[in-house]
Amino acid sequence: MPGLGTSFGRGGATTYVQDLQNADCILIEGSNFAECHPVAFRFVMKAKERGAKIIHVDPRFTRTSAVADIYAPIRSGTDIVFLGALISWMIEKERYFKEYVTAFTNAAYLVSEAFGDTEDLDGLFSGFNDVSGTYDTGSWHFEMEEVPRSDGNGTCSQPKRDETLQHPRCVINVVRRHFSRYTPELVEDVCGTPREAFLEIANALADNSGRERTTAFAYAVGWTQHTIGVQYIRTAAILQMLLGNMGRPGGGIMALRGHANIQGATDIPTLYDLLPGYLPMPSTLREEQTLEGYLHHAAKPTGWWTNTPKYIVSLLKAYYGEAATPENDFAFEYLPHISGDHSTLPTQIAMKDGAVKGYFVIGQNPAASGLNAELARAAMERLEWMVVVDAYETETAAFWRREGANPSEIGTELFFLPSAVVLEKEGSMVNTNRMLQWHDKAIEPAGQARSDLYLFHQLGLRLKALYADSTDPKDRGIHALTWEYTSDDPHERSLGEPSALKVLQEINGYVVVPGKPRDECPQVAGFADLKADGSTACGAWIYSGVAPDKTTNRARNRKGDEIASLDWGFAWPANRRMLYNRASADPDGKPWSERKKYLWWNEEAGKWDGPDVPDFPVNKAPHTAAKAGASGLDAHSGSDPFIMQADGRAHLFVTGALKDGPLPTHYEPLESVVRNPVYKQQSSPTLREWDRDDNPYNAPESPDYPYVLTTYRLTEHSGIMTRYVPWLAELQPALFAEIDPELAVEKHVRNGDWVTISTKLGEIEARALVSGRMRPLRLGKGRRLHQIGIPYNYGSLGHATGDAVGDLVALAMDPNVSIHEAKTISCTIRAGRRDTFGRSAADRDVPADQRTIQGESHPHGRDGGAA
Amino acid sequence: MATKPTIDLTSVLANAVRGLRLSERVGALPNVASKRTRALKGRVKGAKAVVSLCPYCAVGCSTLAYVSDEGKLLDVEGNPDSPVSGGHLCPKGSAIFGMTVNEARWTTAKYRAPFATEWEEKPLDWVLDRIAERFKKTREETFVRNLPNGKRVNHTLGIASLGGATFGIEENYLLQKLMKTCGVVSVENQARI
Repeated sequence: MPGLGTSFGRGGATTYVQDLQNADCILIEGSNFAECHPVAFRFVMKAKERGAKIIHVDPRFTRTSAVADIYAPIRSGTDIVFLGALISWMIEKERYFKEYVTAFTNAAYLVSEAFGDTEDLDGLFSGFNDVSGTYDTGSWHFEMEEVPRSDGNGTCSQPKRDETLQHPRCVINVVRRHFSRYTPELVEDVCGTPREAFLEIANALADNSGRERTTAFAYAVGWTQHTIGVQYIRTAAILQMLLGNMGRPGGGIMALRGHANIQGATDIPTLYDLLPGYLPMPSTLREEQTLEGYLHHAAKPTGWWTNTPKYIVSLLKAYYGEAATPENDFAFEYLPHISGDHSTLPTQIAMKDGAVKGYFVIGQNPAASGLNAELARAAMERLEWMVVVDAYETETAAFWRREGANPSEIGTELFFLPSAVVLEKEGSMVNTNRMLQWHDKAIEPAGQARSDLYLFHQLGLRLKALYADSTDPKDRGIHALTWEYTSDDPHERSLGEPSALKVLQEINGYVVVPGKPRDECPQVAGFADLKADGSTACGAWIYSGVAPDKTTNRARNRKGDEIASLDWGFAWPANRRMLYNRASADPDGKPWSERKKYLWWNEEAGKWDGPDVPDFPVNKAPHTAAKAGASGLDAHSGSDPFIMQADGRAHLFVTGALKDGPLPTHYEPLESVVRNPVYKQQSSPTLREWDRDDNPYNAPESPDYPYVLTTYRLTEHSGIMTRYVPWLAELQPALFAEIDPELAVEKHVRNGDWVTISTKLGEIEARALVSGRMRPLRLGKGRRLHQIGIPYNYGSLGHATGDAVGDLVALAMDPNVSIHEAKTISCTIRAGRRDTFGRSAADRDVPADQRTIQGESHPHGRDGGAA
Repeated sequence: MATKPTIDLTSVLANAVRGLRLSERVGALPNVASKRTRALKGRVKGAKAVVSLCPYCAVGCSTLAYVSDEGKLLDVEGNPDSPVSGGHLCPKGSAIFGMTVNEARWTTAKYRAPFATEWEEKPLDWVLDRIAERFKKTREETFVRNLPNGKRVNHTLGIASLGGATFGIEENYLLQKLMKTCGVVSVENQARI
């Protein structure tokens, strides 16, 4: 989540769902909160009962819209115009929270003269290379000046500032110019949102922000699954900075995550480019062949990341134990390097092209819920072997006997491992509040089913045995891998189940006592105890503190209260529930208002007080001066609340960290039905695409595909975990497509009729749900636009079945995080059922000249852009 | 002088009709219950309540799983103690029982040989052994120590792993620790946002 990470310092929701009840206004956009996170939505309703204004902006009128005070329709894929216009309106009307913005953001910094904005370069920032389709971000910087170091040893450079905010190259004025053409009129033309609704929302946000009041934002994958998804979040972040709502009760940005442990699987990343605790994976794209080279990039001279050496060395000690020594760079060499983008979509393409031989699919189902799902299935035919770990037969496990496939022609060797479900094992998951919660084991696993912990542990034991005699240097990591997690419970031990608690204790970290076995080494109390000399081990520094001694498991704390519930579960980092909470007090350390009091400086006690754990050095006084040239947090003053950032401030303008721009810019989705009305540049110049026979795109503005298709999730389903459950299948038995009555008349479709929806990639059939909840939009020049909504929960197996919407969506992705574009594509629709399942475009073999090396994607525009 | 009571039919009827009005008679008499009914008790009465979590969306609703003395799952309900969920569950969470106790579940290890038309059941250990062998063979065939430009990578792009958001942090930890140490870099899950 670099949208939040680059803006504030950490890639996680900045607040907790219970705090939403303290908001005076809640903007829900990119999320159908009431239907997709129903139980957390009760805090939105509590806020409403207390008089808060609830706003919902969405392409569909949903149950969230039904209880909102203001509902505004929007064309899918245009939120940056909508939010950008709000930013512009706040600045032009001077409705932003000036004291907050001046004190806590980089608004006063001067942007370098070399920087060229999209306003000057017709939709591109300076530094674009149209051959590689990437930016040289060198000009996206601040004007620096030399200042004397606090310790008197010469000078150091820091950004030049104009605290009066008058200089034309001040960040706030650069932002103002950048969004100056994002007006209520443009919103009406581009988004199809009526001007009156926009103005009502702008006033509601401004009226409910400032010293006395706060507004919270809530979003989900409606904002992220776009080729400019990261910039959507950036736009929201800028707006919340301007309104002064970050780090304050009833404020913040609530990222509503969709799976039980999706936050945990990001923190302890089963992600190619990260190591636990947001440490980057070593990469050959940077000079990182040694630990020193790695730290040159991963550690920062100022701000929290000064501590990186402690975290990576402790991680290597946790992985490789005694084999990690100062002499061998703490076995840094055992870690592989990445050499490009090895994320899901490029890997899927590489698999289709025959480069991947073996594949593990664990609790995921790309053959039904993946994008270009037929490409995923066809790619599986190319594998030598595949392991599916699940509780049910998934479409992925069944790809070789799907409709249209001939098993006797498919040579993939397949393994199915039955997994235990949540009640059958213990362990912890991290919810959308960044909170670790432990679940106890209720019953024994059914049949031969085993926890995933058991399966991965067993695989590790077997690999260690297979490699035991190897002398090849490449296998030294496998030999060294610490893998001792024997359960203390005799029953679990008899089943061979490893101890999840011991894994959690390793994640927490411990003091390495030379010559003593792991069991006799004491736990560290938190990440402050970690060292860079090899005397501590820690599996994920951000979770450190969860198991501070052998008998304490704070993830299992179960005492809630009416405020921050510090004794229910454990939130990273250091059990802080609201991030950046120093910003709830003014620069002097006093609450901005009595009404919005959260954290304050207690002069007598010399510490920060409040109902939460301070996200700030607890004894650092508000008037502590920043030390120029110092390292770590000494470089920050006592009024710099964003401690992860090198300068302690929230970033309106982001220098160099994102690949598609320092400021958000509206580009149309890859398959848009309209020409970009804002810039000559149609879609993101840096998006990644694979324009080839098995992944064809609908051309922009194609008359063959005139409708916008958006996808969403139902309350009653997730995917394979619900489609076999009779109770849920009864509630939502089959796939449907939501269409507006006007389009239904045009297409001669009645409610309940079969319709076929198609793209250049493929076609699917569904029952028509003709409903006023879908509303045609009126865009600029009087254009009438229809949007179609289809749930993506379905597949061919289970009691509730339907075509997979992934069969319509070709692969394309954002350049920062490789997120796909699933929320807005173009399509057409006709009455009646699809033809008998035929092999779609994705199943065709790809001519050799169109194949990519190891799944490398073409930058946009290299071969003429979209098809 | 005693007088013979007279029967006022009208008033008897009126009282009888009034008697039908339950609202005036509730609690006047014990409810009629059969022996069998009296012997019945709530299905979770006396059962052990185990604190668990909902496995669906990321709100993280706390659940109580009621388990009989024989270790049988009886019911799953919301945990009122949770400050997040306060005892509530959505339709998916309310159906955790149906996801757990379900005839459609696959609870045995299975193997499908290349070009075979059916799955065959195999012992779990056999399948794990075979996976480890295939893993090693592919790793040996595809491991890259150095790129053509001489840079050390110590990785394989021949093996990939997908999944993580639906299982626990301890499980993610072991998976990525093992995979990355073996040189597998395409370790991914649906959190790519």
